[in-house]
Amino acid sequence: MSVFEGFRFRRVTSPIHRLDPRVKFFYVLAMFVIAIIFTQFFPLVVLFFLQVPFVLVAGVRKEWLRSLRGALFLVVMIFAFNFVFGYLYRTYPTTAALLEYSLAMALRFLVLVESFSVFFLTTSPDHLSLALEQSHVPYEFTFAFTTAVRFVPVLAEEAQTIMDAQKARGLELERGNFLKRVRNYIPILIPLIVSAIRRSLELAEAMESRAWGATNKRTNLYVLKMKLGDFVLVLLSILLIVVGVYVYYFVSIPSLTTFLPPLPF
Amino acid sequence: MIEVKDIYFTYPTGVEALKGVSLSIGDGEFVAVMGQNGAGKTTLVKHFNGLLKPAKGGVLVDGVSTRDVSVAKLARKVGFVFQNPDHQLFCETVEEEIAFALRNFGFDEVTVEKRVTWALNLLDLAEYRKTSPFMLSGGERKRVALASVLAWDPSVVILDEPTIGQDHRQKEILRQFIVQLNGQGKTVVVVTHDVEFVAECNPRVVLMTEGKVVADGEAKKILTDTVLTLTASIVPPQITQIFLGLKDLGLPSDVIDVSEAKRILLDYLEGVKH
Repeated sequence: MSVFEGFRFRRVTSPIHRLDPRVKFFYVLAMFVIAIIFTQFFPLVVLFFLQVPFVLVAGVRKEWLRSLRGALFLVVMIFAFNFVFGYLYRTYPTTAALLEYSLAMALRFLVLVESFSVFFLTTSPDHLSLALEQSHVPYEFTFAFTTAVRFVPVLAEEAQTIMDAQKARGLELERGNFLKRVRNYIPILIPLIVSAIRRSLELAEAMESRAWGATNKRTNLYVLKMKLGDFVLVLLSILLIVVGVYVYYFVSIPSLTTFLPPLPF
Repeated sequence: MIEVKDIYFTYPTGVEALKGVSLSIGDGEFVAVMGQNGAGKTTLVKHFNGLLKPAKGGVLVDGVSTRDVSVAKLARKVGFVFQNPDHQLFCETVEEEIAFALRNFGFDEVTVEKRVTWALNLLDLAEYRKTSPFMLSGGERKRVALASVLAWDPSVVILDEPTIGQDHRQKEILRQFIVQLNGQGKTVVVVTHDVEFVAECNPRVVLMTEGKVVADGEAKKILTDTVLTLTASIVPPQITQIFLGLKDLGLPSDVIDVSEAKRILLDYLEGVKH
């Protein structure tokens, strides 16, 4: 579960936390697009380290590292799959080039995890819902989204209780082969889903009895307004895209192999 | 025999739930663990079957430390009925639900069948054998949860808040059932807020506040002690409240039993008449 820890918001303040969530999301999208267009190693390394200052300013280094550690398993898988299949189908002329490509693909995933992690770690659910609302997403959807986010810890706690209850009935989660282990989770998932549905119905009734949705036009106490820092980040993001596209079309990117001695195989 | 030796436990959130609890529960005892919300009652009993392991100190079940064996192994001896039956029911039929634990413990199918029938009859659920547990009422679901634990005949039964959400009749049936279980030699541990329920059962009471045991003894002594009940945020049973109010008449104040109360009052009225 540690990969999710890296996405859980904690209430602290920093210049990054205070930024407009819409702008931060735009930055994440820019990062996403640039990471997707490159398949070479060096630009992705640059993208990876480009985000480190954000993490440090936001003061979320520990959580960020945890999210990266949580993603490690998938990173290794991506590397292995790319390498193995690339090798089998001979998509690259040399092993060294294939190695570099696989490394780049794994790094690309890490860059994506990193940028989303920074976004979710520094954006409170309230801010997020405000951003959605002011982007003209219907309030019903916004509400459903924030409620879902807010109920994650509750659900996690409930899952723990259910696990305890089934363990007390002799269930051993770690026993058996892979298929059996997956099946072991059925006694946990069913009560969890049933109770989540039941809770959502109860929540709906409680909300309706408190006149939810009685007014058509809602106003907010807090309204998001773009400040200087926000405009700077927008500019930076646009710059990132422009530079990225320029490099992609007009600069020949050196391969890792030109800097390293040739591989012995 | 459960021995708890000076245990400490802190949740990952930083809440210190147990701060040095020592306790010994003999075979065949009937114990009620009481105290306000957050006193550490459930945390304590979760140590009895190894669901939680103490940070300091140790828990021995029949001489074996809970650190050395798996929960599944301990569960064979120590049955735990959780507060909310919805946290464990997941099968398509009541029958399957009860058989679940039996199959986990590796009973053969003939024995599973026998035990399921036995447990269904024990809790008056035979007519629901093929019903989905999700179609049953709250009280019935609670009984299914209880049956699914009793089916493997553990020597210790822990019940977490068994009376919550039960109507009066259900509660009375449950009380008689628990007393009967204890009468058959099972060790019964009940975690509860329900003073009236405890007053009627008259078990040994372990009173907890803020992660510590503040009193341990007969229900009659503890529930009628106004200082203790105040510190543990529980209210003495109604009968006791009456007798506490009538202290000036020279009546005893340590009364928790209805029939005893009736006898004392009748005797008193008889004395007044003459």
